[in-house]
Formats: sequence, C-alpha cells, structure tokens
Amino acid sequence: MSIVQGIGYLLIGFLAAAIIGMFAHWFDRKITAKVQWRVGPPFFQPLYDLVKLLAKEVIVPEGASRFLFLSAPLFGLAAVSVVSALLIRTVIFPQQTFIGDLIVVIYLLTIPSQAVILGAFASANPLASLGGSREMKLILSYELPFVLAILVPVIKAGDTIRLGAILEHQATHGAVIASISGVIAFVISLICMQAKLAKVPFDVPEAETEIMGGAYIEYSGAALGLFKLTQWMMMFVVPFFLMMLFIGAVNWRQSWLNIVWAGIIYIGILLFMTLVRNTNPRLRIDQIMKFFWAKITPIAVVAVILAFLGL
Amino acid sequence: MSLKIKALTKSIWVFHLAASPCNNCDIEILDLLTPRFDVERFGIQLVGSVRHADAILVTGSMNRKARERLKRVIAQAAKPCFVIAIGNCACSMEMFGKSYNQMECLDNVAEVDAYIAGCPPKPEAMIQGVVALIQAQLAALKKK
Repeated sequence: MSIVQGIGYLLIGFLAAAIIGMFAHWFDRKITAKVQWRVGPPFFQPLYDLVKLLAKEVIVPEGASRFLFLSAPLFGLAAVSVVSALLIRTVIFPQQTFIGDLIVVIYLLTIPSQAVILGAFASANPLASLGGSREMKLILSYELPFVLAILVPVIKAGDTIRLGAILEHQATHGAVIASISGVIAFVISLICMQAKLAKVPFDVPEAETEIMGGAYIEYSGAALGLFKLTQWMMMFVVPFFLMMLFIGAVNWRQSWLNIVWAGIIYIGILLFMTLVRNTNPRLRIDQIMKFFWAKITPIAVVAVILAFLGL
Repeated sequence: MSLKIKALTKSIWVFHLAASPCNNCDIEILDLLTPRFDVERFGIQLVGSVRHADAILVTGSMNRKARERLKRVIAQAAKPCFVIAIGNCACSMEMFGKSYNQMECLDNVAEVDAYIAGCPPKPEAMIQGVVALIQAQLAALKKK
C-alpha cells in the first residue's frame, strides 16, 4: 500500500466516522429530548456546535503544560481516525488485512481515554485531575471484561486475531451472536461500550453536576471541539467494531441489503445506549469498579469457557 | 467571520452565574430547560464550566464578595462571550441599591450585552431577550 493510498483511507475513515458520529450525537440528544417529552435540537446541531467551538478562543490556563494541554485532543482524534480507517478497509477487503489487527484496534481504542487523562492532568485544575483519575479507574474497570468478551469471537472463528478472518468465518458459519457464549459476550461488550464512551451510568469522569465537566473543565474553543468530535466519532467506531465481531452483518459481498440491515442494527445499538443513559443514575467510581470486577468479569470468564466448549 | 457568528447564534451554551441572587431568577432560568419551553430546540444548553460558555447569565444584585468573583469568572470565559443581566437586581440593583453591602451596578463591572427586566422575568421574556441579542448581532454583521 502506497502512502497516497494510506492517506486516502485515513481521510475516508475520518470523514465517515465524523459524519456518522455527528448523526449519532444528534440521535442521542433527540431521543433524550423525546424521553423527557421535549422537542430536541435540530438535525445540524452537532455541526453548529463544532463550527462554533472551532472558531472560539483557546485559553491555556496559567500553570498548565502548554504542549501536553494542546496536543492531547489531537492524540485522541488521530487514534479514532486510524481505527475507523482500519475497520472500513477490513469491511471492503477482508482478505487483505494483516495478522493481529484486532489487537491494534483494541490498543488504539484506549488512546482517546488516555488523551483525556493526559489533557486533564496537564490543565492544572484540581477538578480536572479528579476527572482524570476517575477516567483512569474507569479504564482499569472495563478493559479486562472488554478484552475477555472479544476473546469469544476470536475462539469461535478458529483462534484467529485477524479481523478479516473473523468476518469471513461469520459469513460462512453464521454470526457469533447465534450461540450462548456469543450472546453473553455481546451483552458484556455493550455494557463495556457504555463505559468506554463515558455515558451515564458510567460518566463519572465528566460528571457535570458534581465536578462541572471534570476532565474538560479547562478546555475551550477548538481544543474542546476536537475532544467533542473524538467522543462523537467513538460513538460510531465502537458499535461498528462490535457489530463486525459479533454480528458480521456488515458483509456487503453477499447482498447489498446487508448494508441496510447493518444500519438498522447500528441504530438499535444507539437506541439501547441512549435509553440506558436516560433511565439510570450515575454510579460512584467504587460502585463501578465493584460492578465490573465482581460481576461482569466472572460472567465474561464463563462466556470464554463456554466458547472453548463450543457452545 | 460571518460563519463564526452564525454558528454561534445557533448554538449558545450558557453558564449560569449567581451573584448573590434571591434564587427566584435562577428557578426561572431552569424553567427554560423544561419541556414547556425547551430552549434546546435553538441549541441553547447549560454548561458547567465557564470556559465552555458563549453567554453568561448573571442574576442577583452582586454584593461586595460576589463582585470580585464575578470579575474573575467573566475574565475566564473564552471570547466571544456575551453577558446577559437577568432580573431587576442584575439590571439596576433595585431596592438593594442603597444597602451597606452593595458597591456598584453590574454594568460598571462588566460589559453587559442584554438586560432582561422583571422580578423575576418570565421565561418568555428571557427567550425574547436572547432573540433580540441574536438579531442585534446578525444586524451588526449585515452592516459590516
């Protein structure tokens, strides 16, 4: 693959994730408004927000580490763009992916959270560092069950860590979710996704009512806009990744209808996420750790064992 | 420049700054977010940090202690940021004007872009005030 091709894929990945992510953010806010019996924002609201934020003044607080403070949003945005490009390329050419891209994707998906931690600690604000430390604990809580849940499709597809191979296996042998271990792992990964996207009940890092935006408290203007854009892009990338692993519905080679089908499933996942967000209170960080380590991780281990037994 | 102001008028994030109010105006501000008025239709959102704000809603008559804090908070906002005085107290100090703990009116301390009178002002009045501010900004843009 030449450099030009690589840049092209990156651009496509970035644009697709940004556009679909903005739609996802609008959908989230609109459904929230409907749940609360309101009208909700207009369709282009995320675009207005982004343009406004990009045009505003960026303030670097006194005592902050200037380089880290301003570069942290870029790390997150770059990582999400690369994941998006990788996933889209895998869907288009399942044969041409490299061995181990699954691990690369898992690694890259934690970088946006780490960027939030870096930015929070660089901004020299006690509330921001509180948000940063909470984000760190949140990563420690959900990352283990998330990886365990992802092991299930890996085992099902014949011990392969190549995303393309998992997709192809599902095209011939049926979706991973059509088994007991697949269902358990999918539900666990949906819960971990909620934590990864820092949505209620797991939104302790930004907790608006107690630590006022937490990690983002000192961010303004374009830097805040890039953080928001990264969050919205994650709302496309993570569900898309899970759909590839568990449902395999994005396999467009069989029929074009599969793309419509994938869209419907994606909106279903978004709807689930939004309804969970709207019907739950925010958990404390110790409750979250107990929930993930004492309840979710053992269930994930059971799912992996079931997958080994071929169920 | 024009795109900047247009996007700003479509997505105003407001920060709620209570400078020693009696809490009546604050309750009416929160009314704006309820299903009956729902200002999120126009992209207006309450934010927790003043760094994210495009408009600062000041309520209350601003006593000696609140004055210093208010100055600092307004200086911390990212420009362009509007200051909107809500309620008679913020507009003119009203009956607290000659009180021992009041120093000066809000417009001596900060540049106020819109005054919304009332004790407390109705949510409809606040929406009208914000609409007037947006229209004034767009009109100023057209003249340029």
